[in-house]
Amino acid sequence: MKTLLVDDSATMRRIERNILESLKIMDIEEAVDGADAFEKISSGNYDLVLLDWNMPKMDGFSFLKTVRAMDKFKSIKIIMVTSESEKTRILDAIKAGANHYIVKPFTAEILMAKLRELKMEV
Amino acid sequence: MDPYFPQAFVSSTQNTFETMLKIKLQPGKPQQKAGSFPSYDISGIIGLSGDAIGSVSLSFPKSVALNAVAALLGTEVKTITAEVVDAVGELTNIVAGSAKVLLVPLRLSISLPSVVVGVNHQLAASQGVETVVVPFVSDLGHLALEISLKA
Repeated sequence: MKTLLVDDSATMRRIERNILESLKIMDIEEAVDGADAFEKISSGNYDLVLLDWNMPKMDGFSFLKTVRAMDKFKSIKIIMVTSESEKTRILDAIKAGANHYIVKPFTAEILMAKLRELKMEV
Repeated sequence: MDPYFPQAFVSSTQNTFETMLKIKLQPGKPQQKAGSFPSYDISGIIGLSGDAIGSVSLSFPKSVALNAVAALLGTEVKTITAEVVDAVGELTNIVAGSAKVLLVPLRLSISLPSVVVGVNHQLAASQGVETVVVPFVSDLGHLALEISLKA
């Protein structure tokens, strides 16, 4: 399973990587914003994207809408991982095609549970 | 300042540290900030706007910041590096973001975090904006939250 971590915070990408590697999910790449992420998924075969919302250049919501408008990316599972916790934001993301939504702060167990629900565990 | 405002940030700070670092923070008595005392070695600062304006900062002595980042990342950290600076900024971001949802009537927007690094630096209170300082004790050591808010 190939995973893309999208967050402008190196700390958050490191935390997510630590959790995934503890689950033996080892094929992981990183992007620092939505534009970087779009460039990477256009040239790679990703199964899973962990996606922050507030990022420079292209935010996570814009990336989500762009990707979900394209058939070739429809099989990619996208989990928003963000500090945006208002109900309207969560609903907007789900309507735009996010498969799951995790609000920061989060535990490893929460991320693992979402991956299990999406049958994304190794 | 409505006492509910600093309490929202205290709760979000405790929740953030307990959830992501597995560290319990015990808050001390909130105090009105007078002048520029106390001093810290590294501070994450986030601006607040909306129906209230101000800022929130999360400040640490160096050793406590290193302990916190080690707990967050699961790796030993011996000195303040770019990684530590990013981690302090991200912790402050998460604290502010999760307090925002407790303060919905204020319709707050939060800025990107800034991080100040400097031995024994002080954060000056803004003129005309009330600032409350909340000290915390924990197994990591002492840290402090400063909330400046004008509604």
